[in-house]
Amino acid sequence: MLAYVIRRLLLLIPMAVGMIVVTFGLLLLVPGDPAAVLLGPEASPEMIANLRRTLGLDDPWYVRLGAYFWQLLHGDLGRSIFQSAPVSEIIGGRIGATIELAVVALLLATLIGVTLGVLAAVRQGSLIDTVTMLLAQLGVSMPVYWLGLLLMLGFAVQLNWLPAIGRGAPMLDAIVAALSGRPQVLWDSILHILLPALALAANSAAIISRLVRTSMLEVLREDFVRTAYAKGLRRPRVVVRHALRNALLPVLSVIGLRFGALLGGAVLVEMIFAWPGLGQLTFSAVSQRDLPLIQGIVLTFALIFALVNLVVDLLYALVDPRVRLG
Amino acid sequence: MAQLATSTVGAAIAVKDLEIRIRGDRGSYPVVADMALTVERGETLCIVGESGCGKSMTALSLLRLLPDAASASKGSIEINGEDFLAMPERRVEDLRGVEIAMIFQEPLTALNPVLTIGEQIAESVRRHKKLAHKAAMARAIETLQLVQMPDPARRAKQFPHELSGGQRQRAMIALALACDPKILVADEPTTALDVTVQAQILGLISDLQKRLGTALVLITHDLGVVAEVADRVVVMYAGRRVEEASVYDLFEHPIHPYTLGLMGAIPRPVAGRPATERLVDIAGTVPPPWDLPKGCAFAPRCPRASARCHEERPPLEEKRPGHFAACWEHVDA
Ligand SMILES: Nc1ncnc2c1ncn2[C@@H]1O[C@H](COP(=O)(O)OP(=O)(O)OP(=O)(O)O)[C@@H](O)[C@H]1O
Ligand code: SF4
Ligand SMILES: [Mg+2]
Repeated sequence: MLAYVIRRLLLLIPMAVGMIVVTFGLLLLVPGDPAAVLLGPEASPEMIANLRRTLGLDDPWYVRLGAYFWQLLHGDLGRSIFQSAPVSEIIGGRIGATIELAVVALLLATLIGVTLGVLAAVRQGSLIDTVTMLLAQLGVSMPVYWLGLLLMLGFAVQLNWLPAIGRGAPMLDAIVAALSGRPQVLWDSILHILLPALALAANSAAIISRLVRTSMLEVLREDFVRTAYAKGLRRPRVVVRHALRNALLPVLSVIGLRFGALLGGAVLVEMIFAWPGLGQLTFSAVSQRDLPLIQGIVLTFALIFALVNLVVDLLYALVDPRVRLG
Repeated sequence: MAQLATSTVGAAIAVKDLEIRIRGDRGSYPVVADMALTVERGETLCIVGESGCGKSMTALSLLRLLPDAASASKGSIEINGEDFLAMPERRVEDLRGVEIAMIFQEPLTALNPVLTIGEQIAESVRRHKKLAHKAAMARAIETLQLVQMPDPARRAKQFPHELSGGQRQRAMIALALACDPKILVADEPTTALDVTVQAQILGLISDLQKRLGTALVLITHDLGVVAEVADRVVVMYAGRRVEEASVYDLFEHPIHPYTLGLMGAIPRPVAGRPATERLVDIAGTVPPPWDLPKGCAFAPRCPRASARCHEERPPLEEKRPGHFAACWEHVDA
């Protein structure tokens, strides 16, 4: 088990190297000059050339790539060209908000997706089933930004129930505050995260609900479900303890993969709801061609994604006794 | 329709005129018809017949656990004198596992792959005996010991895939016996076990019968087992009873050509054939339930078939006292 975890962690290194090289190559191909962006439209060609030299942008690509790896080896992600602060610091200030948003969205998606999927399967062919699958169809085909704007218009602008933009106190701080007698702080954080998380979760919830339904329908026909009934167990217990537990196994790895999709979707959602996370940062870094920052963000996303998948695989081995890690 | 001579009042199981119908891609057709069974407390009824003749369907209907595609479309089932088919679901759930339990045919697929053997047995005990977790697990291990599971405490912590076929079958049996059921339906419970263990398990079940007066419905291919444990025997073919008698009568004077075929002996000399010729298997195959022949379903394979057999289905009739058969040209006992 430990050996397996270590092996998986070591595998992250070649993956990270690959990601860096690919991002680097892509940015070489995309037109745009950070020096020009930095100095603005008034700058003379000499000024731009000067700045490019100071920033090391004129060095051949292999020198720049080599220098970047050399930095990384020393645990240094470099400095942002535009914000004149270390990349690690900038990312560190933002990452919490994005992870919080993605985790809450994943929880929402799982909760909604599993509940609807189970209901649809247990009541196959009923109104609940039809409505759920229609909702799922909608959820799968609706673009994130569109749903985000719709939710904002409806719940924030029209009904004025929820704040349209921004973030409350970080969720963990808010929970601590609530525990020390200030529940309104937590309430405020929840109200803020509800719309962006829902917009982000919809797509995944739809995918999960379809998957859970299919998987449940299959498992409910299995012999061991009949055995559970033969023991005299009541239906809810059979459905949850015997059927759902087995039906969730194939869903689990998909839930893990959805986390990657959620990080991607976060970029759009954060723009719409002014959520101060990595998504917003990505947008500005790309439009400014802030190379070190982009590299840092890509690396961070890749790392989160890989770690989440490792956790999912470990969970899988935990819930399915037939799976051997190795 | 022929009925058993015995009274059905107060019987543990009383099935009358039961038809089980499948609704599927091939339309609607019966897989079990004119079924009647009476099993008294402490009595053992064996059901024999080739693969696909409706034994498992009959067994499942006794727990109201027929697959979605199948349903009891006619007739009645009484469990301890109560109308079982009209019973509310919650009451059926209260009876299952403790009043009436079942040993399923396929122990590999019939056990939950993600729960340990011990958990699966203890769950049933907790449900019916209102025991705490620990006590239920102790009872589970005790039951595993009872069915001769080697190293029961360790096996209880293992998952189905970690056990051998025979061990899984024993786990399945333990699961059914855990709550001392008053009625036990066993669908080929000992097929994967070697002869010694099989004898042990059958001995165990008959102990249970003596101790609790359990009524047993045993489905098996093995006529040796039937001779050993049965009080009465029902021989099924293509969804119907073709012969029914006490075990003594059946083995002493089998009268239906199909039963004789099963016993591996050819019926009384037919023209040109010596009486000593043995049949290893009955030639031909069972017709599918959606395409049964017009007359006697066995006619295409029957060495005694006459013109009438192909036209008219023979009713089940009492040919000798307590001995029923459905055949136009049956062997005279
Ligand atoms: N779920 C199902 N859907 C449709 N038809 C089924 C289903 N299960 C069984 N059948 C059909 O019902 C008939 C009776 O099947 P059953 O399982 O009762 O036979 P059996 O006597 O138990 O055979 P075996 O000795 O192989 O266990 C068969 O023709 C079978 O194909
Ligand atoms: S009725 Fe005719 S075909 Fe059917 S078993 Fe009897 S002899 Fe054979
Ligand atoms: Mg069967």
